[in-house]
Amino acid sequence: MSLSPAQQSDNGAQPLLQVSGLEVEFTTYGGIVHAVRGVDFEVNSGQTLAIVGESGCGKSVTVQSMMGLIPMPPGRIVAGSARLRGEEILGRNIINGKDIRGNEIGMIFQDPMTSLNPTMTIGAQIAEPLQVHRGYSYQQAFTHAIELLEMTRIPEATKRARQYPFEFSGGMLQRAMIAMSIACKPAILVADEPTTALDVTIQAQILDLLKDLQAETGMAIILITHDLGVVARLADNVAVMYAGKIVEHGSVDDVFYRSSHPYTLGLRDAMPTNDPERQHRLEPIEGSPPDLFSPPAGCGYAPRCPYAMRICQQFYPEKFPQSDSHYSGCWLHHPQAPQHPERLYFKAENQ
Amino acid sequence: MTELLATKQLTKHFKIARGQVVHAVDQVSLSIAEKEIVGLVGESGSGKSTYGKTLLGLHQKTAGTVTYRGEVLPQKYQPADFQRMATRMQMIFQDPYSSLNPRMTVGEIIGEGLKLHYAQDAISIRDQVAEWLERVGLEADHMSRYPHEFSGGQRQRIGIARAMILKPEFIVCDEPISALDVSVQAQVINLLGELKNSMGLTLLFIAHDLSMVRYVSDRMAVMYLGSLIELGPADEVYFRPRHPYTEVLVNSNPEADPDIERQRPSTSIQGEIPSPVNVPAGCRFANRCPKVMDVCREITPELIPLADLDRQVACHLY
Repeated sequence: MSLSPAQQSDNGAQPLLQVSGLEVEFTTYGGIVHAVRGVDFEVNSGQTLAIVGESGCGKSVTVQSMMGLIPMPPGRIVAGSARLRGEEILGRNIINGKDIRGNEIGMIFQDPMTSLNPTMTIGAQIAEPLQVHRGYSYQQAFTHAIELLEMTRIPEATKRARQYPFEFSGGMLQRAMIAMSIACKPAILVADEPTTALDVTIQAQILDLLKDLQAETGMAIILITHDLGVVARLADNVAVMYAGKIVEHGSVDDVFYRSSHPYTLGLRDAMPTNDPERQHRLEPIEGSPPDLFSPPAGCGYAPRCPYAMRICQQFYPEKFPQSDSHYSGCWLHHPQAPQHPERLYFKAENQ
Repeated sequence: MTELLATKQLTKHFKIARGQVVHAVDQVSLSIAEKEIVGLVGESGSGKSTYGKTLLGLHQKTAGTVTYRGEVLPQKYQPADFQRMATRMQMIFQDPYSSLNPRMTVGEIIGEGLKLHYAQDAISIRDQVAEWLERVGLEADHMSRYPHEFSGGQRQRIGIARAMILKPEFIVCDEPISALDVSVQAQVINLLGELKNSMGLTLLFIAHDLSMVRYVSDRMAVMYLGSLIELGPADEVYFRPRHPYTEVLVNSNPEADPDIERQRPSTSIQGEIPSPVNVPAGCRFANRCPKVMDVCREITPELIPLADLDRQVACHLY
């Protein structure tokens, strides 16, 4: 019944990145936090996967553990694998003689102000990965850095490359970060809340830039965000995370127009829409996410879910496929479920 | 509609080093009717928070006036002015983490206003704090806890209770939801809506989330680099923007709807908001404006009412 990621990939071709069964926990004074509790997804070249969820749902930890950015201890990858073109990358820094970080997978962070080194010029910082991973001389790398700044549409790139981060605005710094992360032409760009710190007009510029760069280079993007508007603009596929698990996964249209998990629906109802045909009163999701020190045995959303049944408290639901690429982790999709709430999507044979 | 509050040519400049001046708010005239919600939008640095604070007297005014129920408020508040106005005008802050004193219990934070303004006894204050904690969806016995024991959404409720307990008529909500998660945002917005109706409040709702401002507000005001550039009914301004900057803002606002996003032309404008220290002559948006004309670089447009619409726009196109 459940869909393994391998079955989802088209024609059995190997996905670029395949993460399966990832579990991460942190040991703290208060006990063990089960931050990621079994996450599967895959990403293909030229595509954007958005991982959406609220603070504390484990979306950042998922990609950080994949990148080897989790401090261990206190962090620990309990189980799972992440394969880049079939090669395991968890716990490794190098595959096939190439560094993973910065070379195979680039990353941009939420706050460009604190992610760059204030004592180095922008150009030198962009040049650094080229010197480290490609063995360029400083001069070669710096010249290339200027080209990268031009690629990310920073005006007067030659002059700007010699400036320091404090001389850049937030939007320009984010462009410089993008230039640095794509310097070695990574196969995957991980963007962790890339526009959350930016104003809406600058956000639009950065999202357009990411889209254009993806079209030019064919890289895959993993976008971490809590903003469904950003998801709608950029993503091809969406994974909705809640309490350390992916509760719904599908194409962007599946998730937005055929929402089949009550949490996805709850998120959409909690946001205002400007579509005159879909106007509604804001419906907050009451309560708060479960405590991941002692994660619930059943569905983490059950205590807040308007449709919760007894089984939801006791057993975690399997992945119920809605179509080849769309699944929902919700007991309502079990053939014997007693109710089919009208506003949720159910595939025809279950109706 | 009776006017509750109005600002005329309200201006706030900050002096910084070397005799330079930050033009944070420049000549903003806005009138707010009783029981109305005015949404104020703009990018960071547009002066919307400074406007809210200057309006309340938290900043000394550089020029211009604030009129409250027909009374012109002093240019610089004395302690007695704060004492008098704090029971009528209150503020809810953006960051629920830094706006609550970590050394005070929730009961002390919420009850402080009553103690200062009405010199009530401890038992009466405690009863009212308990009542307000319940009204904002918390529990009465939370009053002995400290702010760090609460989540962001709960802290924002504490901030709301603190503002409401003095039964003000007018509240400035300065980005009250931007630090919160989506599901919690809706909780706080609905709570504000209920309180607004039951207490007959008037709100100035400052935010950068256009969809939320449109949802919440009766009228929408758009600021850019210290100037008010467009004002009108919220839906009208959102769906039929007249000022080129408002148009850009609306076009940049991503919607949680893939169909709309796919049809959206890539219209992002180049450039960023200039520094408010060296404000350009003429229209402040001229250097980024897609419809810029020669006159825009020379003469500052006034906020004028449009003939055929319930709208005020500061743009030479009209």
